[in-house]
Amino acid sequence: MAKLRPEDLDKIAQRMKKVINLREGAGRAKVVVHMGTCGIAAGARAVMSALVSEIEKRNLDDVLLSISSCAGFCSKEPMVTVELAGKPPVKYVELNADKAVEILEKHVIGGKIVTEYALAVGNERIM
Amino acid sequence: MAHRLHVMICTCTNCISNGALNIKNTLEAEIAAKDLQDDVQVVQTGASGLCVKGPILMVQPDGIFYQYLKTESIPNLVEEHFLKGRPVKDLMYVPTGEDLPIPKISDIPFFKDQRLIALRNRGLIDPGSIDEYIANDGYKAIAKALSSMTPEEVIEEITKSGLRGRGGGGFPTGKKWDICRSFVLKRKELEPDVPCYMICNADEGDPGAFMDRSILEADPHCIIEGMCIGAYAMGATKGCIYARIEYPLAIKRIEEAIEAAKEYGLLGEDILGFDFSFDLTVFQGAGAFVCGEETSLIHSLEGLPPEPSQKPPYPAEHGVWGNPTNINNVETWANVPMILNWGSKWFSEIGTETSKGTKVFSLAGNVNNAGLVEVPMGITLREMVYDIGGGIPGDKKLKAVQTGGPSGGFIPESFLHLPVDYEQLKEVGAIMGSGGMIVMDEDTCIVDIAKYFLEFTSDESCGKCSSCREGAAALYEILERICQGKGEEGDLELLKEICSAVKSASMCGLGQTLPNPVLSSLEHFREEYEAHIKEKRCPAKSCKNLITFTIDAENCTGCTACARVCPTEAISGVKKEVHKLDQDKCIKCGECLDACKFAAVKVE
Repeated sequence: MAKLRPEDLDKIAQRMKKVINLREGAGRAKVVVHMGTCGIAAGARAVMSALVSEIEKRNLDDVLLSISSCAGFCSKEPMVTVELAGKPPVKYVELNADKAVEILEKHVIGGKIVTEYALAVGNERIM
Repeated sequence: MAHRLHVMICTCTNCISNGALNIKNTLEAEIAAKDLQDDVQVVQTGASGLCVKGPILMVQPDGIFYQYLKTESIPNLVEEHFLKGRPVKDLMYVPTGEDLPIPKISDIPFFKDQRLIALRNRGLIDPGSIDEYIANDGYKAIAKALSSMTPEEVIEEITKSGLRGRGGGGFPTGKKWDICRSFVLKRKELEPDVPCYMICNADEGDPGAFMDRSILEADPHCIIEGMCIGAYAMGATKGCIYARIEYPLAIKRIEEAIEAAKEYGLLGEDILGFDFSFDLTVFQGAGAFVCGEETSLIHSLEGLPPEPSQKPPYPAEHGVWGNPTNINNVETWANVPMILNWGSKWFSEIGTETSKGTKVFSLAGNVNNAGLVEVPMGITLREMVYDIGGGIPGDKKLKAVQTGGPSGGFIPESFLHLPVDYEQLKEVGAIMGSGGMIVMDEDTCIVDIAKYFLEFTSDESCGKCSSCREGAAALYEILERICQGKGEEGDLELLKEICSAVKSASMCGLGQTLPNPVLSSLEHFREEYEAHIKEKRCPAKSCKNLITFTIDAENCTGCTACARVCPTEAISGVKKEVHKLDQDKCIKCGECLDACKFAAVKVE
């Protein structure tokens, strides 16, 4: 290992940013794949794998990928919820790997909701 | 490969002794079995604070906190949470007296009211990864100091921050550094190559205290960086971390961290490419309490018996092998990089008029959430005990809070409004100390606890000063006599007299402060001493020679529960008839009291 210079500290920090963002729950966007039994049966794992590798490939440091359980609309699985910081969450339905990548590109990166796959904006009212 | 979940499992000494490593292995096996190894990463961290509920882990990015983990519950946890995204409620924290679990770590009162500076990376980074430390602003402060600050400016920044020694004394750190630097410069005029030493005092000796160990285990690089900054400011080239041998994990982690820092050129020659060199080693002390005292620590480092020597000269002038030396405690060093990164103004706005920043405490004793906490100076004792500590188990009444370990004192319930800072604690006869805080409920006998501390200090006295060596033993003997019901008129005056002699005639901090538990308990709980001496009664019903167990004929149902648990067969009786207790056989162990469901066993 070469000895570090002050500017190398920033390079390491940049490289590690994704790990740290994940630890701190900070990020520009959060993508949640609904992985209940219904979602997994309908192919949520493929959606998840596609998102993992696409985020990795595009080096999206500030996108948090997470999972949650059944969103309650089992017949429309696989589902994904995309939440850009400061914006209401958008739920997408009946996805596959290609559609998920398209959503990542257009919505998460481009900021435009992919209306043809979208179910609704917002969450249910809680309490 | 990026993971979507990070499972931050605490592998501090406490959690490991509770089986954290088994949990980690089971977790990894289950994750692999579910084919989730590319999704979920298991990360080992240092103490996250609530280790009394260990083994514990936190799942990021959502910050879901799990406690009391067992290997049996891991398969379900992996399937439900990591695969299906349904956090497992059964493993979450439930506040005392409530039914609903709290999933998020940031919502748990124990964590919510804390403010982390020294412990900023605990539970967040892998202590074995220097990259993760660097990613959290690590080594930025030393880079800043080397590239844009003179040594004088570094010292001025530390001085302005108001940081004071966290080892117990509370001496202003900036002033200490300034004095050391002036001696270094003076010596260098005569001998340009004179070495100067930076020492990290990790000889944490107070019974029940584990602040320093936790920092070393959770975030070893912050100590290395802090010491580098100190070395630059004072002109030192050599450093040593004096840790006690009882801390094998802390020693392992700091040694690994030193190796990693050397590889990156953050220790050694020409650090970060600047004309500044600093070497750091770890010294394992044998675990003598007196080595917390600076001159004893230095003698131990030199291979001599750990005994103090007269000050002045202070270590700044005449330290390791006669060279200028600066010693700071682990927690003090941990604060240094943050002050340089965030500025002295930021730091000095936290805390009270005279005590700036935060303090790490190991909260222990009769309190629901025992653990390691870091709070802003000035927080009240009530907040410590009831908000962060979650109150006292079994709805018992609070009797006292003891701070400062064997050198500290007792603070009675009536002073709970007191803000925690160096001066306020001193005013009521206690001290800040290194951060031990023991909560005591109404069943604790103050005389007995004072005796416990004196037993400790008389054992740990190095024996150099007769006032400390003989004085501690004499104090212990009197307290022992009082607990046995053999206290005499005039004992309290004698205690006070010996205390004042030990305080004024002993050379080092050990002797000067060992009377504190006696003096402060006498001041606040004199009536409890008097009950022992005059009435031969222990109000807390704890001193065995002063209590008797009896069976109340009205309440006894003859269930035989007490007779069955009695180890000396002192209780006899026929089923469904009132039982009898033979006082001659009774050893007052209290087993019958715990076993009786009908309140028939009485203690007087």
